[in-house]
Amino acid sequence: MAERYIVVGGGLAGLMTVIKLAEAGKNVDVFSIVPVKRSHSVCAQGGINGAVNTKGEGDHPDIHLYDTIRGADFLVEQPPVKGMCYTAPAIIYLFDRMGVPFNRTSEGLLDFRRFGGTLHHRTAFAGASTGQQLLYALDEQVRRYETEGLVRKFEYWEYLSFVKDEQGACRGIVAVDLRNMEIQAFAADAVCLATGGPGIVYGRSTNSTINTGSANGRTYMDGAVYANAEFIQVHPTAIPGQDKHRLMSESARGEGGRVWVPRKKGDHRDPRMIPEAERWYFLEEKYPKYGNLVPRDVASREIVHVVRDLGMGVEGEEAVYLDVSHIPADVLDRKLGGIMEIYEKFVGVDPRHMPMKIFPAVHYSMGGLWVDYEADANNDMVKDSPRQQSTSVPGLYAAGECDYAYHGANRLGANSLLSCIYAGMIAGPAMISYAKNAAPKKGDVSQGLVGGARQKWVERFDSIYKMGGTENPFVIGRDMGELMQRVSTVVKHNPELDQAIQQIRGMKERWKAANVLDTGRTLNQSAAYVNQLWNMLELAELILVCGRMRDECRGSHYKPEFDLPQPKTKDPRQDPEWMEAWRRRNEKWLKFTTARWSEGRPQVTFEPIQSLKNPILKPEPRWYA
Amino acid sequence: MLKAILVRIERRDGPDAPKRWEEFSVPYTKNANVISVLMEIQRNPVTTAGKRVPPPVWDQACLEEVCGSCTMNVNGKVRQACSALIDQLEQPITLQPMKKFPLVRDLSVDRQMMFDSLKRVRAWIPIDGTYDLGPGPRIAPEDQEINYVLSTCMTCGCCLEVCPQVSESTRFIGAAAISQVRLFNNHPTGKMNASERLHALMLPGGINDCGKAANCVKACPKGIPLTSSIAEMARETTRQALRDFLRRDERKSGSGPG
Repeated sequence: MAERYIVVGGGLAGLMTVIKLAEAGKNVDVFSIVPVKRSHSVCAQGGINGAVNTKGEGDHPDIHLYDTIRGADFLVEQPPVKGMCYTAPAIIYLFDRMGVPFNRTSEGLLDFRRFGGTLHHRTAFAGASTGQQLLYALDEQVRRYETEGLVRKFEYWEYLSFVKDEQGACRGIVAVDLRNMEIQAFAADAVCLATGGPGIVYGRSTNSTINTGSANGRTYMDGAVYANAEFIQVHPTAIPGQDKHRLMSESARGEGGRVWVPRKKGDHRDPRMIPEAERWYFLEEKYPKYGNLVPRDVASREIVHVVRDLGMGVEGEEAVYLDVSHIPADVLDRKLGGIMEIYEKFVGVDPRHMPMKIFPAVHYSMGGLWVDYEADANNDMVKDSPRQQSTSVPGLYAAGECDYAYHGANRLGANSLLSCIYAGMIAGPAMISYAKNAAPKKGDVSQGLVGGARQKWVERFDSIYKMGGTENPFVIGRDMGELMQRVSTVVKHNPELDQAIQQIRGMKERWKAANVLDTGRTLNQSAAYVNQLWNMLELAELILVCGRMRDECRGSHYKPEFDLPQPKTKDPRQDPEWMEAWRRRNEKWLKFTTARWSEGRPQVTFEPIQSLKNPILKPEPRWYA
Repeated sequence: MLKAILVRIERRDGPDAPKRWEEFSVPYTKNANVISVLMEIQRNPVTTAGKRVPPPVWDQACLEEVCGSCTMNVNGKVRQACSALIDQLEQPITLQPMKKFPLVRDLSVDRQMMFDSLKRVRAWIPIDGTYDLGPGPRIAPEDQEINYVLSTCMTCGCCLEVCPQVSESTRFIGAAAISQVRLFNNHPTGKMNASERLHALMLPGGINDCGKAANCVKACPKGIPLTSSIAEMARETTRQALRDFLRRDERKSGSGPG
């Protein structure tokens, strides 16, 4: 009997995994809550990084690697990052061959632009909807395999859990067909989760509404190790909205956009009337080398500081200006058209002529399911090793935003599309290697095991349909989001986190008194949401508990109480006292926050980073000023 | 300033269930759009008549008009609900599902036929493999600019919804798929299989069924030049038919002895 593989999620990571499996002639079932072409990867705007070095800057995959590790403040296993950065140029070329309409130079070559956390032009882009264009390319290739009969799509299906055998290994999945609410179990030789990030745990974020993190939350509850949960990226520039916060890509700054506020507090003049000398370009002033392109955690913190601590938000609002109005309109249309339209459509103001009003918003989870890797003595990834991208559950893999592996404490812009694709590229072959040696094979999995897993979920949904309490689940979800926004984004404080953990536990009690609102058996989104909500509450608790336990500042995780003092020298390496404090901090905290779910609570330990025994880049102070 | 937002929703529990209208009122907020109003209804699903009902069902994902999920008829006009700003809409706001696709429930429809059409026209570049085979062909910036616009099609279905030729009794493939043929045939590698895609457009339900109403181009939220795509593909299919005719003889003479 031929092996069968399951991929859950149809974004870039999922579809790349599917393609690698199908290309090897394997049968793949892909499950997605939306038609895969509508997955969240479409929201990525700015581009994809790869050190192709077409601008005579001497860029190299090693520099990309160092930028990424520094951006992550060293909280990563280095070999997978090396693998990613070295594969990046080939990935960009691959998508070029698939027909992605990347922007071109006058010679017809790929054009590259600048992005945050690097000094090189390293980002290939297709207007300002690069993620959409990359996803469409994979969607097309998968459709080709679908017509050849290798791929079966299960769209409008939601993953509920994996099937666990007596040895604790993954033997398949249980999923619900949302169109008729029927629950089925599917046996498989290996399963890959590519289910994205948990932005909706924060209510409003830059994420799509499908990014509940529910699959991750459930998988963690079912025994998979979760790592670095507290590292949530807040993107510096988004348009605040009632239903979501809409991203204004970092590429706006990559193409020359400038962030500023009026120097005079409460200056209510039309921004176009404010002369240059009366504008405060605070990022450029404080970070002359990187300017507006400092990494995202740094930019978000500075914006929040200027608005909340200094009270200098524009027009008294929680906002600063992101200004591209000095760039010719035809250049903006060609290179940033997509986001120009978004601003115009959703705010009703033309950003080609008027500075945009923006504020930071929750954007990306660096943390996720812990995954293994195998590298040789040169720190090169071992080809086709079954350990690549494997979670702590044998036979269960994770790729994309739902894994923890590539971005550490802070992700650099335009590295997410890359990590999704790279993870998918190595996950597929790893699954094949695993299935070759695994026992028992799918055919040997007992019907009792699969049927039992299904029955558990049939009963759970039956109990959800009977929930007739007084609490509206969507109100609980909103309260969860508002709480998480307030206490666990740019600045964190321990007393608030302590209180919030109790509040989340209170929301779990409220969940038990929820009303399902809808007992129908056709696309019952309320019942599906009730199930997702519990998983989201578990993730929220995990994010808070991990954040509470990490008493330091690293990347996106910032607790002012535990910040290192300012060094006495411009270059901190020349201040021995500061260096000693920095070294002590790393000794204690340069470790992964790993969590297992046990008896309803996260059990958290701090685990050493294996590759630091033989590092590619030794830890050094992360310093952008 | 308006104190409330009034919405009327056409609802149906399934394709065979009876249709009913329900009216909801939610408090006015600045920058509200149809999605934020629907979310507010979820949090308090009570009609203006005071009846507690299941929350309305609709599709959504990105909420920034790049995924195509939340397409529906807003005040009789097909569009994405996320970019339908309340301040720009006449009230009461009516929400109806798309009518050219099988209904699933309330505002959610099944647009699978659009994805099937992409299979029919082989809307992909048949690459040799995902191995490292170096860069793709050089492309002039002008060609990239045309292809980029064509490639922003999010398969939302607005163009089919407004097309008089699309109905249950006809099988017209619609503007979106035709425009995708133009996209792939315009790519240096995609060109190598141009005739396959053109042949797909020459089948029943293909490009000849276009009635030139030109509603599609006006309805496209991404400003894709759909009528130019149709005109260009009409020319190309004509040429292809001619080529096929001429090559009939070639094939005969090339079929070897006997």
